[in-house]
Amino acid sequence: MATKKFLYVNRTAPHGSIYAQESLEVVLIAAAFEQDVSLAFIDDGVYQLMQNQDTSGIGSKNFSPTYKALGDYDVSKIYVEQESLELRGLGKDDLMPLTYEDEDDDWAEKDSIHVVSSKELAEIIDQQDVILNF
Amino acid sequence: MNEGPYTHQASDSAYHFTAAALRAGHEIVRVFFYHDGVNNGTRLSVPPQDDRNVSERWSELANEHGVELILCVAAAQRRGLLDEDEAKRAGKDSNNMAPGFQISGLGQLIDAGIQADRLVVFGD
Repeated sequence: MATKKFLYVNRTAPHGSIYAQESLEVVLIAAAFEQDVSLAFIDDGVYQLMQNQDTSGIGSKNFSPTYKALGDYDVSKIYVEQESLELRGLGKDDLMPLTYEDEDDDWAEKDSIHVVSSKELAEIIDQQDVILNF
Repeated sequence: MNEGPYTHQASDSAYHFTAAALRAGHEIVRVFFYHDGVNNGTRLSVPPQDDRNVSERWSELANEHGVELILCVAAAQRRGLLDEDEAKRAGKDSNNMAPGFQISGLGQLIDAGIQADRLVVFGD
């Protein structure tokens, strides 16, 4: 099967609409297809990766622990736009730690999250074959 | 196709794009309906007579050109879009799938992305 570069662009907050949750479902299913997968979080999408999410007040499912499984699905390229974080008064420390084990480096545990500028993200987007927007 | 009919123009745009691509001689691998987009697959909508019938229009496209119209099973179940088999399995007293639509999994979206030269997303 051909390998393509897939980028999932997440633009919405984790709650308030279903896009974040159903985007994550696509990413997990897609893992079985062994494509070259990247995730981008921009605008309110950066809230999807916030630490210590608690949805008990709104009665929605808290699916945020699922992001921590991404490393086990070989999803290790997670790009968070710097400007989106800054505009919301957030930094990388506000995000949950996401890691993967690098099979090319004796399974060393490495950081999956890369904070990138809007310009760098534009270059990443430019390199993709398939872009899915959520 | 990520939005339901009527509230957003996305479904109309996706339909016109698909029809125009077919007229221009392109091959459509499939149309995959996700999120509220699965609502395009109901056969029970009754729009006013002077308005377009969005789901019927999709069905006609499937009938005339053999375009695959796939509803994501998980998204469809959440929103009450069921074919005969799904309705039976879930113990429901009815089904509402329009002709030409089929229920399948998200793998069909990824497979289409791999097969096609271009993947075009319609939504907000």
